Amino acid sequence: MKIVALCGVGVGTSAILKINAERALARLDIEAEVTATDIAGVSTVGADAQVILTSSELVGSIGKTNADIVVIDNYFDVDELAAKLETALG
Amino acid sequence: MPLPPLPAEAIAIGIHVDDWRGAVTAAGDALERSGATAPEYTQRMIAVIEEFGAYVVIAPGLALAHARPGPDVHSEGLSIVTLADPVAFGHPHNDPVSVVLGLAVTSSDEHVLLVAELANVFNDPHVIPSLAAATDVDAIRSLLGVQAATTEEPS
Repeated sequence: MKIVALCGVGVGTSAILKINAERALARLDIEAEVTATDIAGVSTVGADAQVILTSSELVGSIGKTNADIVVIDNYFDVDELAAKLETALG
Repeated sequence: MPLPPLPAEAIAIGIHVDDWRGAVTAAGDALERSGATAPEYTQRMIAVIEEFGAYVVIAPGLALAHARPGPDVHSEGLSIVTLADPVAFGHPHNDPVSVVLGLAVTSSDEHVLLVAELANVFNDPHVIPSLAAATDVDAIRSLLGVQAATTEEPS
């Protein structure tokens, strides 16, 4: 399973999202690869992803995708990430 | 791994700004003062928000201002600015912002450890309001779990 953490420039925020998504997945006991990327790379990196994690601000920039787009409000809130990932993957 | 030492130049407490541009500029100025970046990097951090919106407001009250690596980044650096009066960045959930972190990295790979430690620090939801309320650099450093820069330490 592949999950993409998306931010505007691919450093900083997407890395924080990736780290905390991995913590949430470990808590849920779900095995998945989480990849951080930017808007420019999401169409290729996200092509075979099941879930794209991002901010509400960036949803409109993603373009066509078959992945579930999951909007995260607080990137540091592992509870929020776990609940939304459980819903998306359940 | 703890965060790297945070020089006093990289910390600004209780400053007054008019809007989000002023807040990001203050974080960029702090990066410049600490020697991490050139003025162009500050402009690029603003341009990221102009292009992509307020997604850098990644938690209630906290913005992580940053841009891609570039020739205007001299060394990896972190700065922190707290605002006397919070400002809106335009984020639907996390406004207003009272704490701005400025992050500069020299490559997309090297910053992973630094960011992982930031995640550790901010997984505690009390840290952001405590930073916003802090009144001196020692309190800021203590909350972030960082040391003073070695040149500032008593011998």
